[in-house]
Amino acid sequence: MTNQELKSTANEIRKGIVTAVHSAKSGHPGGSLSCADIMTYLYFEEMNIDPANPKKEERDRFVLSKGHCAPALYATLAQKGFFPKEELLNLRHVGSFLQGHPDLKHTPGVDMSSGSLGQGFSTAVGMALAGKMDNKNYRVYALAGDGEIQEGQIWEAAMFAAARKLDNLVLIVDNNGLQIDGDIKDVCSPYPIDEKLKAFNFHVINIDGHNFDEIRKAMEGAKNTKGQPTAIIAKTVKGKGVSFMEGKAGWHGKAPNDEELAIALEDLKKAGEA
Amino acid sequence: MADVKKIATRESYGNALVELGKAHDNVVVLDADLAGATKTSIFMKEFPERHIDCGIAEGNMMGIAAGLSTCGKVPFASSFAMFAAGRAFEQVRNSIGYPHLNVKIGASHAGISVGEDGATHQCNEDIALMRTIPGMVVINPADDVEARAAVKAAYEHVGPVYMRFGRLAIPVFNDEATYKFELGKGITLREGKDVTIIATGLCVGESLQAAEILAKEGIDAEVINIHTIKPLDEKLVVESAKKTGKVVTVEEHSVIGGLGSAVCDVLSEQVPTRTMKIGVNDTFGESGPAVELIKKYGLDSESIAKKVAAFVK
Repeated sequence: MTNQELKSTANEIRKGIVTAVHSAKSGHPGGSLSCADIMTYLYFEEMNIDPANPKKEERDRFVLSKGHCAPALYATLAQKGFFPKEELLNLRHVGSFLQGHPDLKHTPGVDMSSGSLGQGFSTAVGMALAGKMDNKNYRVYALAGDGEIQEGQIWEAAMFAAARKLDNLVLIVDNNGLQIDGDIKDVCSPYPIDEKLKAFNFHVINIDGHNFDEIRKAMEGAKNTKGQPTAIIAKTVKGKGVSFMEGKAGWHGKAPNDEELAIALEDLKKAGEA
Repeated sequence: MADVKKIATRESYGNALVELGKAHDNVVVLDADLAGATKTSIFMKEFPERHIDCGIAEGNMMGIAAGLSTCGKVPFASSFAMFAAGRAFEQVRNSIGYPHLNVKIGASHAGISVGEDGATHQCNEDIALMRTIPGMVVINPADDVEARAAVKAAYEHVGPVYMRFGRLAIPVFNDEATYKFELGKGITLREGKDVTIIATGLCVGESLQAAEILAKEGIDAEVINIHTIKPLDEKLVVESAKKTGKVVTVEEHSVIGGLGSAVCDVLSEQVPTRTMKIGVNDTFGESGPAVELIKKYGLDSESIAKKVAAFVK
C-alpha cells in the first residue's frame, strides 16, 4: 500500500474505533486511536494473514498486550474482512463476540485473549519460541502500552526473549505518554524505555508512530535483525485524529456521547479528505 | 505398610513426562529454575531441546506456556504449588483458563509435607484457587501408579489441567497391572457401612490405614479416593453418603476451599449429610520433617482414625 492508502485505511479504522466505543457507551478510545496507524501497517502491509483462514498455521501472530485497546484491534480486523464492520456496533454488548478485552475463543483473527496488563507479551514470546522450535518462518508482533510496561512481567518476558535470541519477535511500545492517572512520567516513570530495552539485549528502534515511512523502516529493520528481538518505541499521540481527545488522559477510558461522536467523525472525515 | 515401596509423586511426574515425550513430539516441559526439585530434570536429560527453563519467573512461564499451546505444543508448566497456583494465579486464570488453552500445570511440593522449608513453601491453598477457575481440571494423585497415569490422562484431555504432586516419598498401594485412571471418577478402595472417608493425595494411603484401625474398633469405614477434585465424581460421593449417612473428608490442604469444601458443596445440595473435614485448619504450616508435620497436623492414620471414631460415636 502507498502511504496515502495506509493513511486513508487508518482513518477508516479510527472511524470504526469511535463508532464502536460510542455504541458500547464505554471503552478505551484514547489508546486505541494512538495505535491505529501501527495496527494499519501491521494488518495491511506487514503481516502474513488471511481473513478467509484466520487460523492458518503459517500465519504471522499478533498479540494486543494492551488488551483494553480492543476497539483498535476489532476495527482493524473488520476493515481487513475478518468479520463484518456492522459487528463493531455490538462491542461490549451482551452476547457479542466483541468482548471488552480480546477473546480468542470467539473472535476471528484474535490470536490471544488479553487484557490483564503485562500478560500478553509473555504469550507472544511463547508463540515466537514455538516458531523457533519448529523452524517455522512466521513472525510474532506484540503491542504493549507505555503504562503497561510498569508491569514486572513485561521485563520477565523481555529477559527471556533476548536470552533465547527470539529474532522472530517484535515488541511495539505505544508511547502515547498517558495512563489513567495522568502522565506516565508523573505516575511512575518508565523512561528511558529505549535504554532499558537495550540493556535487556533488544534491538531498539525509536520512531514516530504516526509516520508510515518510519513504521515501514522500523519493521524492515526488525526483519533484518538476527540473534535478538526487536523493540519499536513508537512515539504517539493519545486520541490521535480526534481533536478533543488528542493528548487528554481523560479520554483513556471514556466513551464519546452523541455530540462528541459527531465531532469525532467530522474530524476524521476532514482528515480523510485532506 | 512398612515393606511397601515408597515414591514421591513429583518423581512420578518426571518419569511420566519422559514416557509422554517419547510418545508425542508436541510435549514440551517448562520449569522456573526448579527442575531438580520438580523432577522435570528427568525429562530434561532425555529431551534437552524440549525442556525450557524460564528462570525464576513463574508468571512469565505461564504466559509462555499459553503462547506455545496456541502453536500446537502441549506444554507442562512446572513449579512448586505455591508459585504455580499461588504466585502465578492470575496468569493461570487469564492467560490459560479464560482462553481455555491446552496447558498442563505440574505443581510439586504441595501441602505441609514440603517439610523443613516451612510455611512460605507449603501451599495449602492451591486446590481452592485452581478449582475456582472455570474449565480447569484439578488432579491430586495418591501414589506413584496413579500419578503417572494422571499425567498421561492430562495429556489426553484437551484443555487446562492442574496436577498436584508431593515432595515426600509415599507408599505405592495401587497395582500397576490393574489400575485404571478415569478423569473425574473416584475410586472406592474399601467398602463399609458406618462412615465414608473421602480422601485425596497422600491422605488416601493414610485413610486406608485408618480404616484398618477403625475396623479393629468395630467401625466399618468406606474409603473413597478422589484423585480428580474437579470435576468431582458427584454420583459416587452422593451414593456413598446415602449409604453410610456420615462423611469425613481428608486432605493435605486447607479445610477451606479444598476437597472438603467441594464435597460439602455437593452434599449440601443433593443429600445433606453430617460431615467432618480433616485437613490443615485455618493456619500456616511450619518447618520440620514431613512425617512429623503430618502427625502434628493430624493427617496420619492414627489421628484420622481417632477423629473418625469420635465423629461416628
